[in-house]
Amino acid sequence: MTDSKYFTTTKKGEIFELKAELNSDKKEKKKEAVKKVIASMTVGKDVSALFPDVVNCMQTDNLELKKLVYLYLMNYAKSQPDMAIMAVNTFVKDCEDPNPLIRALAVRTMGCIRVDKITEYLCEPLRKCLKDEDPYVRKTAAVCVAKLHDINAQLVEDQGFLDTLKDLISDSNPMVVANAVAALSEIAESHPNSNLLDLNPQSINKLLTALNECTEWGQIFILDCLANYTPRDDRESQSICERVTPRLSHANSAVVLSAVKVLMKFMEMLPKDLDYYGTLLKKLAPPLVTLLSAEPELQYVALRNINLIVQKRPEILKHEMKVFFVKYNDPIYVKLEKLDIMIRLASQANIAQVLAELKEYATEVDVDFVRKAVRAIGRCAIKVEQSAERCVSTLLDLIQTKVNYVVQEAIVVIKDIFRKYPNKYESVIATLCENLDSLDEPEARAAMIWIVGEYAERIDNADELLESFLEGFHDESTQVQLQLLTAIVKLFLKKPTETQELVQQVLSLATQDSDNPDLRDRGYIYWRLLSTDPVAAKEVVLAEKPLISEETDLIEPTLLEELICHIGTLASVYHKPPSAFVEGSRGVMHKRLPARTGSGEGTECPDVGNAAGGSAPEAAPSIIPSQGDLLGDLLNLDLPAVLLPLMGAGFGAAPAVMPASLNAPVGGGLGDLFDLGGGVGMPMGAYIPPKTVWLPAMKAKGLEISGTFARRAGVIQMELVLTNKAMSVMTDFAIQFNRNSFGLAPAGPLQVLTPLGPNQTIEVSLPLSTVGPVMKMDPLNNLQVAVKNNIDVFYFSCQYPISMLFVEDGKMERQVFLATWKDIPNDNESQFQIQDCHLNSEAASNKLQGSNIFTIAKRTVEGQDMLYMSIKLSNGIWVLAELKVQAGNPNYTISLKCRAPEVSQCVFQCYEAVLKN
Amino acid sequence: MIGGLFIYNHKGEVLISRVYRDDIGRNAVDAFRVNVIHARQQVRSPVTNIARTNFFHVKRSNIWLAAVTKQNVNAAMVFEFLYKMCDVMASYFGKISEENIKNNFVLIYELLDEILDFGYPQNSETGSLKTFITQQGIKGQTKEEQSQITSQVTGQIGWRREGIKYRRNELFLDVLESVNLLMSPQGQVLSAHVSGRVVMKSYLSGMPECKFGMNDKIIIDKAGKGGVTNEAGKSTSGKQSIAIDDCTFNQCVRLSKFDSERSISFIPPDGEYELMRYRTTKDIILPFRVIPLVREVGRTKLEVKVVIKSNFKPSLLAQKIEVRIPTPLNTSGVQVICMKGKAKYKASENAIVWKIKRMAGMKESQISAEIELLPTNDKKKWARPPISMNFEVPFAPSGLKVRYLKVFESKLNYSDHDVIKWVRYIGRSGIYETRC
Repeated sequence: MTDSKYFTTTKKGEIFELKAELNSDKKEKKKEAVKKVIASMTVGKDVSALFPDVVNCMQTDNLELKKLVYLYLMNYAKSQPDMAIMAVNTFVKDCEDPNPLIRALAVRTMGCIRVDKITEYLCEPLRKCLKDEDPYVRKTAAVCVAKLHDINAQLVEDQGFLDTLKDLISDSNPMVVANAVAALSEIAESHPNSNLLDLNPQSINKLLTALNECTEWGQIFILDCLANYTPRDDRESQSICERVTPRLSHANSAVVLSAVKVLMKFMEMLPKDLDYYGTLLKKLAPPLVTLLSAEPELQYVALRNINLIVQKRPEILKHEMKVFFVKYNDPIYVKLEKLDIMIRLASQANIAQVLAELKEYATEVDVDFVRKAVRAIGRCAIKVEQSAERCVSTLLDLIQTKVNYVVQEAIVVIKDIFRKYPNKYESVIATLCENLDSLDEPEARAAMIWIVGEYAERIDNADELLESFLEGFHDESTQVQLQLLTAIVKLFLKKPTETQELVQQVLSLATQDSDNPDLRDRGYIYWRLLSTDPVAAKEVVLAEKPLISEETDLIEPTLLEELICHIGTLASVYHKPPSAFVEGSRGVMHKRLPARTGSGEGTECPDVGNAAGGSAPEAAPSIIPSQGDLLGDLLNLDLPAVLLPLMGAGFGAAPAVMPASLNAPVGGGLGDLFDLGGGVGMPMGAYIPPKTVWLPAMKAKGLEISGTFARRAGVIQMELVLTNKAMSVMTDFAIQFNRNSFGLAPAGPLQVLTPLGPNQTIEVSLPLSTVGPVMKMDPLNNLQVAVKNNIDVFYFSCQYPISMLFVEDGKMERQVFLATWKDIPNDNESQFQIQDCHLNSEAASNKLQGSNIFTIAKRTVEGQDMLYMSIKLSNGIWVLAELKVQAGNPNYTISLKCRAPEVSQCVFQCYEAVLKN
Repeated sequence: MIGGLFIYNHKGEVLISRVYRDDIGRNAVDAFRVNVIHARQQVRSPVTNIARTNFFHVKRSNIWLAAVTKQNVNAAMVFEFLYKMCDVMASYFGKISEENIKNNFVLIYELLDEILDFGYPQNSETGSLKTFITQQGIKGQTKEEQSQITSQVTGQIGWRREGIKYRRNELFLDVLESVNLLMSPQGQVLSAHVSGRVVMKSYLSGMPECKFGMNDKIIIDKAGKGGVTNEAGKSTSGKQSIAIDDCTFNQCVRLSKFDSERSISFIPPDGEYELMRYRTTKDIILPFRVIPLVREVGRTKLEVKVVIKSNFKPSLLAQKIEVRIPTPLNTSGVQVICMKGKAKYKASENAIVWKIKRMAGMKESQISAEIELLPTNDKKKWARPPISMNFEVPFAPSGLKVRYLKVFESKLNYSDHDVIKWVRYIGRSGIYETRC
């Protein structure tokens, strides 16, 4: 008999028929019907309507049928919580069954029924099962605690299940221990500070004993848990390592990788001069190599991890280059990773072999792979100086193949080689120039233009070459435009007599015809430099560039440390910290390597102390931001910082040395510059909402209060207008605030010195501080105020614009912004529309800056400007924003990301208010 | 941990869907289908992140198995589990095909319920699973049987049940090696390694304790120290010893004992299983040498000559020899002449396939071919894939020898001498390539 027939029923009225069959008296028919229901469920049909009928079949002694019904129950209990209660009795009864398999089945299924009402009923059976005499039931119950915790954490704590679970770590059965460890580790992840696992030398000893006896999966749970422990000293560290090393010979790759993780971590603590340290290093290499003979998917995971290990401890695999040679039939993902590791392991000793391989790869079929191979040849040249010459000649050979993408990739890497070894390989420029026409990718074009500009004096027709690029200037990508601008300026400084026209042309293209601010800025800077002081211009533009470093794609050290702690896991596959891809609080705790305690050089890992906050990749200076970085730009590539002071230099004096013709467009250009200065240099001041009446006279025995809030020079002011509409004089004014969301409080007394006569009005401004008591209000920006005078105390509430809490130092670093934006989970993002706003993006940005909303970067995609902004609130909350402005469309879209998403609504209101006024 | 497990057919239709965690919804099923199965391009990674959900997949023939999670799981474990899942299914119903999966979907759900709990892999040894997941229900079991099942599933020796009896105690030991080679056109070995497996079929009564010995250099050197001085890897018995780079063992082997004494002792599972895997790179006997000669005669013709030489004792015979010579995509016609065996141009595979049934050691054979090409204006040169070879030889190219396999069973009355033991060596080609 086969089961496939259940998949084929698709006729109408099916549900009705199934209902009848489910209620049939015949057992066989019932079972058949449940099977059909499960088959429908699998393919995605909604069979929840059959809930009562299926649950009726639960009371059966046929185990197969019971399992099917349970499967159904797990899927639909949540959508039918009331009905699900019907199942409770059966669970309770099954947990008492003499057959341990049935007891375990019940406790396993119970935990998968995510209905709040039911969970309480399940506590008693679970408690019993945790102490069951049969280990099979106990190991299932241990996992059930984790399930229950996921549904209702409080309940689990209140019922004391956590303590029972901790006791199971000392269970006599290794599998029970393993599951208890897994459950506790998971629960501990959501309580970062709970010390739930309470790892100490005694419990570690128990785990190490269980490690020798449990299943392969249990070994993984235990090893992953061990990796979270920090030994007290190097001795303990060594003794744990000794007991973990045998796992390196396990057939299961995951056991091996988890063991490697523990060893890599604990090794940190061993003094380097210890014999054992060297032995351990030697023991690590063979199992890592063996992982490469596993199935391709595992090879991929292994290679991603080896990539990390090689960066952290290159000595482990330095002699194993050959095993990373690419096989013709490797899947592409394995090939690419092997290539990466080959480059990392390349050294003077093996470079000849590596180069021969790379050359072979460059003729393969897969475009990505070939590109990477070509790039790798360039990296070898930079890394191993002795090989540079051979690499360059290999690259030239490849250029001769005329395969378009090979040529382009080669030119990009040759540019880097020039930057590492200036004035050495310029003889190849002629060959490069021959291929100018075939370059259609921005990166290759930009690289070629850079080369032409840099070596303009040696290329006879440099001006012609650059001119040819200039024709389609506006169609080029920004990268190419910027390079072209710089290259032509370089050319001009080197050959001023022949290239005046060209430089004029490019400056006007960049400043007048372009709306890219980066390009315009750079254009203006050059323009002013050239017209003010050509000598300075030469010093700046033709300054000697720092040599590029050899390793351009190392993982930033603090991130690497963290990833080493995550060997074997997804984080190590993505090379990203878990917080970057895991939602919610689970697993975002930053892990770090232990510090060396022994006598060895403790300075090897520079200050891991800030690893906790280190998710924002503050790129170390030697690391060039990876391609495709949202905000990574070319700006810093050519211009040393000397430029900035020059900005302030006067630009009125007519440059005597400059050819007269250059002066002509300056006027227009300068006008533009002034505009710019007006926008950026003098902020328009914060937005102040109009005054409104907060307390009408009728409600306050004749005292009318109106007012508004403002932020002036960094101080928050409450501006009040008090009007006496009563018949008698008012005196003795005082003011007090209720607790509020941002801790606003009067910074001084209310300054009403003279008595307020009838029909008199006085304007007072009250400075506020943000250090008062805090309580969350609804709405968030609500403020309850009490005003007292000689007559009575009056209460009113008002709402302040949250913009007055935006502080002046709210401009975030680009890198930090980028990292933070990624770091904040998508759930915290909210999107709003601002309608009928007729500002262009620049004006909007200026206006917002007045209110301490800082634009960090701007990007233009298909006519749509994206402004990236940051705001810091007085209490330290950061709000990140992305404002989309489309020319001609008065409706803006704004996305706000913040770790405290509650403020988004208020912030949005501010945007609207600021932009529309 | 694993949040859900889906099995799809080649069209992307779901055959099995089991969700373990609340954070995985039905939309995950569709996300994988749309983004991976239906994606036009080649799979660029076995791990995919779609909308903050992570998918791990493996493919068996045209069936996709995908594990899904939203957490930072142990990725190596997930893949190991997926392979294990395939093994378990295969041992229950044979080949993993759409038909078999549909026919056994109730069984698969039952297995998934047992071997994965809340996404945590549990005991997945087929030996013990088969004792209680049978599709026949477990009604008939006595209380003793039930507790025996649970103690086996959770026990220290989860892979073997007690009370096994055979009339004849017998052991089959296969040393299966695959020899891998990458050679340059000039005959320089770029990389070579042997990955070997020791596969055992044991039909032994009781709970026997076994000890396995081979000509591992480390052990023999150790033993040699006590006895006669040994020279250059020769042991006292005169046999060559081999250097094993690394080895991994079935979970029945006591790893701590191997680590301390380098002795391989274990209580074997019943029936067939893989005892160990190993890798060697030194002193490999390369059974064949391929000498290619490719000449481009003008733009429309290629001349290829390939010589193969066998390099082992003349008394031994290699079998199932196949040489695969790739041809350019624009090949229009091929003429082949070979001294031995049969050769054929297979247009669909872009290769000349030369097959020889048997070949003795220290012999050589040759094939020559003329390949006509269609003129193309394709700028890109032909990538010249390597010439690959398949064969089978009756010895272990690594030089590994089984020295002993001792069986002790103290409770039953049979001794090591009563066990009938069979040992066999098979060397096969792994990826055996010569660039041309």
